[in-house]
Amino acid sequence: MGKLYDELCKDYRFKEGMKTCINCGTCTAICPAAEFYRYDPRKILDTVQRKDDEDILALLKSETIWYCGECMSCLTRCPRKNGAGLVIMALRNLSIKLGYFTESEKGRQIYPLTKALTGNVLNLGYCVHPSTYRYEDHPESGPVFEWVLEHKEDVYKRLGANYAGEGPGILRAIPQKDLDELKAIFDETGGTERIESVEKFSEKKAEEMGMSLDEYKAYTFTHCSRGHFNNEQETL
Amino acid sequence: MIYQGKQKIWSDYQKDIPDDHWFYVRSCIRQSFFPGSEKFFMKIVRDDLGKDIYETEHHTTCGGIAYHCDTIPQETAMTIVARQFALMTEAGYENLVASCITSFGNYCETIETWREFPELEARVREHLWKACRREFKVPKYVAHASDLVYKFRNEIAARAKFRLVDHETGEPLRIVEHIGCHYSKMFPHKGVGGAEYPCVLSGMAEAWGGEVIDYPERRHCCGFGFRQYLVRANRGYSLSNTHKKFESMEPYHPDCIITNCPGCPFFLDRWQYVISEMEGKTYGQDGHGIPVLTYEELAALVLGYDPWDMGLQIHQVGLEPLLDKMGVPYDPSKKYLGLNEKEIMKPGLPTVLKCC
Repeated sequence: MGKLYDELCKDYRFKEGMKTCINCGTCTAICPAAEFYRYDPRKILDTVQRKDDEDILALLKSETIWYCGECMSCLTRCPRKNGAGLVIMALRNLSIKLGYFTESEKGRQIYPLTKALTGNVLNLGYCVHPSTYRYEDHPESGPVFEWVLEHKEDVYKRLGANYAGEGPGILRAIPQKDLDELKAIFDETGGTERIESVEKFSEKKAEEMGMSLDEYKAYTFTHCSRGHFNNEQETL
Repeated sequence: MIYQGKQKIWSDYQKDIPDDHWFYVRSCIRQSFFPGSEKFFMKIVRDDLGKDIYETEHHTTCGGIAYHCDTIPQETAMTIVARQFALMTEAGYENLVASCITSFGNYCETIETWREFPELEARVREHLWKACRREFKVPKYVAHASDLVYKFRNEIAARAKFRLVDHETGEPLRIVEHIGCHYSKMFPHKGVGGAEYPCVLSGMAEAWGGEVIDYPERRHCCGFGFRQYLVRANRGYSLSNTHKKFESMEPYHPDCIITNCPGCPFFLDRWQYVISEMEGKTYGQDGHGIPVLTYEELAALVLGYDPWDMGLQIHQVGLEPLLDKMGVPYDPSKKYLGLNEKEIMKPGLPTVLKCC
């Protein structure tokens, strides 16, 4: 049994999700990601249960572990109660912890995701908030939402929100002392360390790619090479 | 009551949802994209049905989206959840109701993991004490907000001013319901009807006069996929999955889609706009889209509240074809007014999709 496998075994999602996979492929059949991406959860579980560190290392550096949408449809259907999605979460966690996420295009997206989401959580107390949702980044949200964002105060208050206000209610400002508690939770549980580690590994990769960190963030957020999808000829 | 035979089997799929006294936690996505839905959930359950629903300004995100985008460790997510439980305990409540399916899944995952690994619960209790000096009791019951609306669906039906029937022909409207993956795919016993027969939305639709459509991709994911939508480079995944659902439901000519999760109505609504712009294709009648509603919006419509008060104007697909069928009155001139009927600009129009 290898060291990487031992590390995976410490993750509670791995304990819950990796029992004895019989390789039936039901997870792949039900998987929304497998239909479009070059992704096969059956193969991933098979690789992991071989306990070969070299193969697990290849997975941690791969594109494939980043294709799952964590919908957990696999969990419902597995006849042996495995959870491919849970195993994926454990693999991603280890890839981020050890810095291997920067070896794949989809893995590098952890940087813009971490900046946006942990920024929202720690600064606002929300994962998603209209004040940081930019129409330029979300043209698919359509002209109606462009209008909502241009008239935030009016529209949200018209619909009963306590937008940026004190006290309870929709889109209230979360009091600073509660945000301080969130920060203390991040400090205590490894959340802050995770943010700093993602930043450190991403800085190094950005330098390797000849980009500033801001350029790297924009590039990883928007760039999609050909070869990720089943219907493309190219390989990555 | 002793259940036997089919009644016994069906009883295994039911949830015994407490009648009253709830600690409410809001949804980041529902507040941002469907704020009127949370307003009307509180109005209907608290004011119309007279239930005790408590909210504190001190609760925060549950961290669920950050967790499922793999940006925070599991113990960070669990300690944020534990803090919400502490606020509930301090307020004297034992039942927690979440406005979000991702949160509901996150709370259920936390409690179920602790049940199997008590040492993890002990560690999270220590984290919370060190970070916040707070202690908590695990909720006796965790519900999704739709569970309450489902529970009181017949009371709502009894007060209904409009029904899900074509007011001219008397025919039931054809309803597509979309449950949202984290409601019952992770922990089937936590959802009404389990993963096999989820009836939290179909129960509402039928109680209010509609006819539920069964179609091949009924249980397929809406395509959110967390990082697969939030990162711009990945949105092809999200769009492709939603497209698959629309192609599958199209032959059944639905009058509307109702949704459980706060994210799903956004994708089912907005990707119709994108498909129309990319391919010129629309799925509703005469160039319109298929109206998409949250279950709170549907309940509020049935109860006769004004469509613009609940925020139907901030959907991209126009809801007017549904309002017309139900016979719900509305004033088009007031659709895009701001606070206190202030005149603000109107949104631009899509190229293809008719928005009334």
